[in-house]
Amino acid sequence: MQSQSEILLDVRNLHARIGEKEILKGINLTVRRGEVHAIMGPNGSGKSTFSSVLAGNPAFTVTEGTATLHGVDLLSLPPEDRSHEGLFLSFQYPVEIPGVSMVNFMRAAVNAKRKYFNEPPMSATDFLKMMRQKRAVVELDNKLASRSVNEGFSGGEKKRNEIFQMAVLEPQLSILDETDSGLDIDALRIVSQGVNTLKTADNATIVITHYQRLLDYIKPDFVHVLYKGRIVMTGGPELALELEQRGYDWIKEENDAK
Amino acid sequence: MKTSLTQYTDLYDTNRAVIDEGSAPVLNALRPAAREALAGASLPEKGDEGFEITSVNSMLAPNYGLNISRINIPVDVADTFRCDVPNMSSLMGVVANDKFVPTAGLLRNLPDGVTVMSLAEAAKAYPDRVASLYGTIAPISNPVVALDTMLVQDGVYIRVEAGVKLDRPLQIVNVLQSSVPLMAVRRILIDVDRDADLRLLLCDHSRNVGMDYLALQVTEASLAPGARLEIYDLEESTATTNRLSLTYVRQQERSAFLANTTTLLNGTTRNRYNVDILGERCSTGLYGMAIGSAKQHVDNSTVINHRAPRSVSNQLYRYVLDDDARGAFEGLIEVFPDAPFTEAFQTNNNILASTGAQMHAKPQLIINNDDVKCSHGATTGQLNREALFYMRSRGIPEAEARTMLMQAFMVDVINTVSVEALRDRLRHLVEKRFDGTLGACETCRLHQ
Amino acid sequence: MSMKEQNHDKDPRKGGQKPAGPEQGKPSAGDIINDATTGEYKYGFVSDIDTEIIPVGLNEDVIRLISAKKNEPQWLLDFRLEAYRYWLTLEMPRWAHLDIPDIDYQAISYYAAPRKKEGPKSLDEVDPELLDTFNRLGIPLEEQKQLSGMAVDAVMDSTSVKTTHREKLASLGIIFCSFSEAVKDYPDLVRKYLGSVVSYRDNFFAALNSAVFSDGSFVYIPKGVRCPMELSTYFRINASGTGQFERTLIVADDDAYVSYLEGCTAPQRDENQLHAAIVEIIVEERAEVKYSTVQNWYAGDKEGRGGIYNFVTKRGLCRGDYSKLSWTQVETGSAITWKYPSCILKGDNSVGEFYSVAVTRNRQQADTGTKMIHIGRNSRSTIVSKGISAGESQNSYRGLVKVVPAADGCRNYTQCDSLLLSSHCGAHTFPYIDVKNPTAVVEHEATTSKISEDQLFYCNQRGIPTEEAVGLIVNGYAKEVMNKLPMEFAVEAQKLLQITLEGSVG
Repeated sequence: MQSQSEILLDVRNLHARIGEKEILKGINLTVRRGEVHAIMGPNGSGKSTFSSVLAGNPAFTVTEGTATLHGVDLLSLPPEDRSHEGLFLSFQYPVEIPGVSMVNFMRAAVNAKRKYFNEPPMSATDFLKMMRQKRAVVELDNKLASRSVNEGFSGGEKKRNEIFQMAVLEPQLSILDETDSGLDIDALRIVSQGVNTLKTADNATIVITHYQRLLDYIKPDFVHVLYKGRIVMTGGPELALELEQRGYDWIKEENDAK
Repeated sequence: MKTSLTQYTDLYDTNRAVIDEGSAPVLNALRPAAREALAGASLPEKGDEGFEITSVNSMLAPNYGLNISRINIPVDVADTFRCDVPNMSSLMGVVANDKFVPTAGLLRNLPDGVTVMSLAEAAKAYPDRVASLYGTIAPISNPVVALDTMLVQDGVYIRVEAGVKLDRPLQIVNVLQSSVPLMAVRRILIDVDRDADLRLLLCDHSRNVGMDYLALQVTEASLAPGARLEIYDLEESTATTNRLSLTYVRQQERSAFLANTTTLLNGTTRNRYNVDILGERCSTGLYGMAIGSAKQHVDNSTVINHRAPRSVSNQLYRYVLDDDARGAFEGLIEVFPDAPFTEAFQTNNNILASTGAQMHAKPQLIINNDDVKCSHGATTGQLNREALFYMRSRGIPEAEARTMLMQAFMVDVINTVSVEALRDRLRHLVEKRFDGTLGACETCRLHQ
Repeated sequence: MSMKEQNHDKDPRKGGQKPAGPEQGKPSAGDIINDATTGEYKYGFVSDIDTEIIPVGLNEDVIRLISAKKNEPQWLLDFRLEAYRYWLTLEMPRWAHLDIPDIDYQAISYYAAPRKKEGPKSLDEVDPELLDTFNRLGIPLEEQKQLSGMAVDAVMDSTSVKTTHREKLASLGIIFCSFSEAVKDYPDLVRKYLGSVVSYRDNFFAALNSAVFSDGSFVYIPKGVRCPMELSTYFRINASGTGQFERTLIVADDDAYVSYLEGCTAPQRDENQLHAAIVEIIVEERAEVKYSTVQNWYAGDKEGRGGIYNFVTKRGLCRGDYSKLSWTQVETGSAITWKYPSCILKGDNSVGEFYSVAVTRNRQQADTGTKMIHIGRNSRSTIVSKGISAGESQNSYRGLVKVVPAADGCRNYTQCDSLLLSSHCGAHTFPYIDVKNPTAVVEHEATTSKISEDQLFYCNQRGIPTEEAVGLIVNGYAKEVMNKLPMEFAVEAQKLLQITLEGSVG
């Protein structure tokens, strides 16, 4: 099972806090190209913090450790440059931005990335054509694309919109933070199909989830259990099934006993 | 103590004949009462109730020249229209300081039933009409109105006959131009008759960057039953331009009034809107935005008096203040006992973008009838941090994300503009203002 | 008598129900409504107490006389005279949304005190009529009859009658006594703090109070002490032709906590009486003070005759880091109310709160609110104001939220709602918001509405008469504030609200 492809994400001894409170207490994680990793764990274990810290949310402070994406030091980059380098975070709670249309938002994102790689801005025609193509991946309504970012979107529409943006930005590493929360079964299927469609041998995905349910659709190669800011257990897909059956109490007991 | 007012009363006392000669009898008739009202009066000082940050007294303190002898100051109209709202209308006039100059297009294209001309000339040509409006809405108990009444010699007279609906906006460009510090005193009278429609675009500009100006402008607008008037007031002046603009509006039943006041570049500005709703089922919208940087000072003050039942009023003012800019919004909704079923709403939102910027907000309600729906809200804060991070996580650089969010912050105000071309133009100007590229014309270069 | 009032007299709800007093535990909503039958002022009686009243008029001799009667030290007399001389230079403020008749300050007597021997040391020495008066007001001064968790300082006209539970409090180092006693027994503390939060130069009424103040309460909670019981001062105006000018000073030292309650009533008279008090509070590091008021001065009659002019300056200084001051007020009385309990949030991370219910009816006028001055970093404030106007009354909220340039990270949230119960009353909102720091988040929301016809109809359909329904709805509307009151007070306040609104719906 151990793949020998190139290492994409390498996280070593990552510590982070919000205010005075330490949340991540030494995370180690290696993700290679082509892999799908699931990070599971009870509420408050630090799953969302981990994704926020990788994406560079200024609300958190990294106190120790390293994180590289294809060899580039992520922690020294502002959030926008981490995005350009190929990191994408699908937010658990996508932010509503009244007054900023989806089209303007995405054009700004796409052209900022092109500028980062010294490419000219995309022409309006090409851009709109691409938007149309990418919308199809998650069956996103054209009407949604003409509205303000996430404003007035239903829970399912917001998550589809996240995957749509992922399709547009073509990241190397996608982190899906509780993408399944608040989704009905149809939306879950559409979102998962979108993610699977975008999967290649060169990119990788980290799926953060509380439940096994999403993993029926997006098959992980590795499952990690995060508890109290550390990865306390790593296994194959069978670990997710075991967690589904036994809950998290036994993990808590084992680790609290230590 | 000699206040700044004295220099103007002295000027009037010694030059009364000259002032009268440069104007018209209808205007001259009210000067003595205005002079009387100013005896013993004083101008509002900073900190006075309603003038939290703005000293009108200080604005009027410098020794400005007044062109009471009506010396012709030539204004290059073509050059002025390197201004930012070009060709918005073929119906355009220019007010050079206080002198109205129609463009050829205006004279050629003005439809029947619409009068747009110099106030002084109108007062001579139609004395009864002008007298029936002049000084009837703006009260000389307000010392600034009294000052304007005492000194004003000209301005603009606009009348739209009953039932006439202008299909395009009328554009008036106020230009301040002088080689010495100058105070321009204007009066604008707007008479919109029954079921008539007028959309008016006012653009304020200053020439000769660095020159000190004071524009003192009182507008009186009368809306007959069923009339509609929209005023789009856009200021792009200079850091040394002071503006005191007081607009008094009288609305009869079923009339609709809308004002959208945008301050993009200026020195010190105090705008006052005072709307009296006298008839049932009127609608009133007062909207505004201010984008301030450097030492810009923008003070908007509104009063909406609901004196009749079943009317609706809305107010929305937004400010983004950077550097050492100062902003004030003071709004008052007053519902009188005789105005049941009033619906009145007022919102003021402000963003402070630097440690030197300051905002003073005072949204007020005086409600004297229980069958009303009224609310107001005011917020002062920063750009939404979560939105900023979300945008950056999608690769949009921070500065660009900030600009986009500030632009978005103004969208609700821009969307109150009913003229599509103007709305687009305003959106574009706001964008340019935020990304620092506003200033295609000379007046704005100073701010870059 | 109007038809409405006659109906009250025959109100079937009145029979068979025992009025519920606070000593019987928390009454149910039904009890509260049933108890509220008359809509009349319950505390309007006059006590026949041998009272010493000095002649009317105000001059330096009067001030010397007051000071002499209280055996005050020279420094305090000097303080009074300085304040008086400053007051002479001032004019009465007219900026509030109030119609205040001219007040003849020379027609008021500035000192009235129940005659007594050298300060009552035990209850036996207190005039039985006085005890009876406070009993009728529901404030028994015999300690065994009191609510266990409360110590009371009872102030009649210009002097303190009795302070209970002093010994118990003293064992914890807590000082709770009348202001006059504090001047005698703790002159250094009084001198240190008097006028340190509300200077006599603060405003017209503060200057007047500083010149002529008579009595009031003094509270000092030492470092680290949590006061184990509610401290309460009950103010009663009894004498005619007088004013009441009390002064309260509360100091909570580091890590101290105290909850303080203030209640007030006055007889029903056709004349207007002036009440101009000062409350100063100092909150040191990590200390917390809760100050609750149920203000029920006589409000005047339906035509607006009589009633108290309540012109009060209340301010607290949150001097220490993490200090907290919380004002809660239920304002139902007074012909005219002019008061703005405020917080100066000087300490970093300090917290200010203001919760207010103000009810006006008949011809009452109220202009009340708060000031939150953010000076300390990360200081936070919350303002919740609920105005209820009925009859031909005028009810205004006036508030200032100020953030100074150096105060990073401050937050304020203000919610101010007005409920109109008649078509002839007024409800007004005058917030001043002054932000000079870009990291501040300041939010103000206000709504004005009348009582919902749908809610009333729903209640009616369930068999609840309109007046009761209004009471229920208004209590619900005010609940957010009432919940902030200490329990015993909350019950009183709720009843008061009910009584106040009887006959107000029109």
